[in-house]
Amino acid sequence: MDLGEINPVLLVASLMVAATPLLLAAIGELVVEKAGVLNLGVEGMMIVGAISGFAISVETGSPWLGFIAAAIGGAVLSLLFVLLTQFALANQVASGLALTLFGLGFSALMGQSYVGVKPPSMGDIHIPLLSDIPVIGPILFQHDPILYLGIALVAAVWATLKYTRVGLILRAVGENHDAAHALGYKVIKIRILAILFGGACAGLGGAYISLIRVPQWTEGMTAGVGWIALALVVFASWKPWRALLGAYLFGGITVLQLNLQAAGVAIPVEYLAMSPYIITILVLVILSADKSSAPASLGRTFHASH
Amino acid sequence: MIVLEKRPQPSKAWSYATPLVAVLATMVFGGILFAILGKNPIQAIGTIFWEPLFGEFAFYYRPQLLVKGAPLVLIAIGLSLGFRAGIWNIGAEGQYIMGAIFGAGAGLAFYPLDAFYVFPIMVIAGAFGGWLWAAIPAFLKVRFGTNEILVSLMLVYVAEQMLASVSLGLLKNPEGFGFPGSRNLQSYESAHNAELIAGSGMHWGVVTALIAVIFAYVLLNRHMLGFHIRLTGEAPRAAKFAGVNPARLILFCLGMSGALAGLAGMFEVAGPSGQVSIDFNVGYGFTAIIVAFLGRLHPVGILLAGGLMALTYIGGEIAQSQLGLPAAAIQVFQGMLLFFLLAFDLLTNYRIRAARNEVA
Amino acid sequence: MKFTSLLASAAMVLGLATGAVAQDKTKVGFVYVGPVGDGGWTYEHDKGRLAVEKEFGDKVETVFVESVPEGPDAERVMTQMALEGADLIFTTSFGYMDPTINVAKKFPNVKFEHATGYKTAPNVSVYSARFYEGRAVQGHIAGKMTESNIIGYIGSYPIPEVIRGINSAYIHAKKVNPDVEFKIIWAYTWFDPAKEADAATVLIEQGADVILQHTDSTAPQAAAQEAGNVITFGQASDMSEYAPKPRVSSIIDNWAPYYIARTQAVMDGSWETVNTWDGIKEGMVEIGEISDAVPADIKEEALAMKAAMAAGEYHPFTGPIKKQDGSDWLAEGETADDGTLAGMNFYVKGLEGEIPQ
Repeated sequence: MDLGEINPVLLVASLMVAATPLLLAAIGELVVEKAGVLNLGVEGMMIVGAISGFAISVETGSPWLGFIAAAIGGAVLSLLFVLLTQFALANQVASGLALTLFGLGFSALMGQSYVGVKPPSMGDIHIPLLSDIPVIGPILFQHDPILYLGIALVAAVWATLKYTRVGLILRAVGENHDAAHALGYKVIKIRILAILFGGACAGLGGAYISLIRVPQWTEGMTAGVGWIALALVVFASWKPWRALLGAYLFGGITVLQLNLQAAGVAIPVEYLAMSPYIITILVLVILSADKSSAPASLGRTFHASH
Repeated sequence: MIVLEKRPQPSKAWSYATPLVAVLATMVFGGILFAILGKNPIQAIGTIFWEPLFGEFAFYYRPQLLVKGAPLVLIAIGLSLGFRAGIWNIGAEGQYIMGAIFGAGAGLAFYPLDAFYVFPIMVIAGAFGGWLWAAIPAFLKVRFGTNEILVSLMLVYVAEQMLASVSLGLLKNPEGFGFPGSRNLQSYESAHNAELIAGSGMHWGVVTALIAVIFAYVLLNRHMLGFHIRLTGEAPRAAKFAGVNPARLILFCLGMSGALAGLAGMFEVAGPSGQVSIDFNVGYGFTAIIVAFLGRLHPVGILLAGGLMALTYIGGEIAQSQLGLPAAAIQVFQGMLLFFLLAFDLLTNYRIRAARNEVA
Repeated sequence: MKFTSLLASAAMVLGLATGAVAQDKTKVGFVYVGPVGDGGWTYEHDKGRLAVEKEFGDKVETVFVESVPEGPDAERVMTQMALEGADLIFTTSFGYMDPTINVAKKFPNVKFEHATGYKTAPNVSVYSARFYEGRAVQGHIAGKMTESNIIGYIGSYPIPEVIRGINSAYIHAKKVNPDVEFKIIWAYTWFDPAKEADAATVLIEQGADVILQHTDSTAPQAAAQEAGNVITFGQASDMSEYAPKPRVSSIIDNWAPYYIARTQAVMDGSWETVNTWDGIKEGMVEIGEISDAVPADIKEEALAMKAAMAAGEYHPFTGPIKKQDGSDWLAEGETADDGTLAGMNFYVKGLEGEIPQ
């Protein structure tokens, strides 16, 4: 065993990569839930985004177009959720689960001819000068553009929710949809936009896995990241920066346990493999002291009765 | 412009008709999907819905519907109690695994003792395992206010690692040449959850699922606790005034759903599956959430929904091998079925009406 | 009437019925644990199925069901295939072992072939491949090519097959490079691209410049390519899209010859229970093309070792070999017996760490 073999700089840099799909999906779902909608279909939207992005970037040779396609793919799938929950007023939990089932099957059908294909590479941005700074350079300035997009999205969502009128309305809709409706806000319309945003973000997260982190297409390749993203939103108490923290924490523990294994630390492997989940629970218990709670209308169906 | 008008009372007629309408719509759209994939749509649909029930080999598939449906119904019944009260246990998969580990572990501890009490002890151990795993989120919620959705979900992953660990270590078959997986309980008579009547598919898990349906029905309709559960879900403030103790309710609902999921896991491992292995769990805990909602959280509805899900699984497998449909197409088909069932549910509670030209 | 005899007689009735319609067609069923599109384990079995179709054309009909969970679902799928008149059924995952035996009891006239297991019956054969022979070649190339003397190994689960591979690779790497060190990560999954990518990245960050994997996705290949100066080997499938570098060679599971032979045996009526454990010699294990990234002399040695194994002159586990705890395992010149290999649950001397239990 030799802990000296673990390079903390590289560890931090790679945990940021590991955390990015989670972060993208979680920040989208956070907005959805802030609007009072619980969409459990994140995993389904991610996997559809993963294949949409993969297929388009292979066909066009452009990873950028791929990511745009992934966002569209995720949003289109979330449109099904919109139809079910906002127009047909169906139960959100069940609709979300159905969405995941559908998305997993649908992506597998779409991806049949893309197994074993290599996607074009996006490459990292090496910001001149800054990326050469020791320690900070590799951590902060040598990543792919989507990773930065993820962080920028967190900042944007935070600022929007906190400082803008749009954010205020969104929160009002999520807290009390009847009151928001009485004030003249278009509850359904706002929720639809939020759900589409969530779908697009989940799609991006999925494509990050299929185009950058792995990069390849295989059926079921998101392997449960969508569920973790859902958990992350709760973990973050619906606060954007805390979602970032949570994603890095989770990604960090995952990468760290692999590092400890490789360094030969004598902790039984199965306990290391469990550790990300257990530590998340522990942190959650500690954070429970924070009483900021879920949006009050979360998961409830809205129907303007007059 | 079309508007929805809430019915004063859910329509009885529609609540029976919507599932049929949904199944028909799924057949149409699923048929289109199969046609796109180059298969004969009528044949494909027929294979999925007809073959398991009335086909040539229905004598085999009908009992299999019970085997496949029972764990779904058993878990979904437990979940529905919590869901009605607004308590979200989505970690039934983990509780199912722990039930299987505890149940099988208890049985294997007695191996090769031949005694009538081995199986009852396994049943208790299985229920306890599931209960214990659900009691963690329940306790954390009551004591610290920790969100139960997250904790129960995280514990699924922990349970999966435990399953791998015991399959490779503690419960590994000592006569298995180092391969993972426990002894097969099917060949240990005292611990085997065998069919009660050979060829019927009826094992103790099926019986327990049916009892659970009746139990839940009585609880919700005839019992004070059931009333409290419904009240808490529908009107939390009123429930407070009615003297409902939320902590007790949480402990009961989560504990009950955990115990039932644990039982499902135990019956599965001791019967149809036979052994603890790394890939023992196949997602019953998550599918059961869908079943619970498809059944509208009503015990009888859950029974029917569980049967319908089992039918699409078995019919889907037949369609795969007979027609060469990919598994993914079956998954999409199931997704469609759920979508339509959920969407048409609208007609039960709302009336669709052409509106006069006014602002809604 | 007992259920089992009911099933059996139903099968016979059907056998007669379908026999009248299509007397010559042999029906072969395949049960897969993953999707056909997994690019690894199941993908290669399906290639074997397609080879059977190609070989026999109209004389054979193949059916398959993919992503079948181990346990009761597998049992149902096999029963269904047998009911529908399959003559021969290949069950292609270790976890199908007990279900295969159960179903085989009910259908004495249907032949079953179970991959990677050890339970046989009058109508159940088992077959597996000596992947560790391929690991020996990989170990040799790895030991010669590593500059950091650190070789990373991504294991799936600590089961005999994986442990055998680690030992075989280590013995041959150590033989050509006494300073070599293995770093092993257990992923606890057969297939999770993201996790495999992370594991590969971690190994590379800790200095490994060779990555061996016993998981099924190409994610580690991509991670190695990204890192630059790292070499890898394809697993189960050739993974040639990553050649010539990082993927410098591969172990390919080639099931086609076996599947064709067994189907032929059913057609001839010469089928009998066998316990097949084939390797390079029989062509069940293939070494994917060694790319130009490997220096010519090393390539030649590797091919020579392969040829020696193919000729049956060399066994990868040839003494003297000690176990990790220092106790003797194989004496000078002694080769390992199949029983010990099949259930291998110990590391050889020199490997660090413990096998998770």
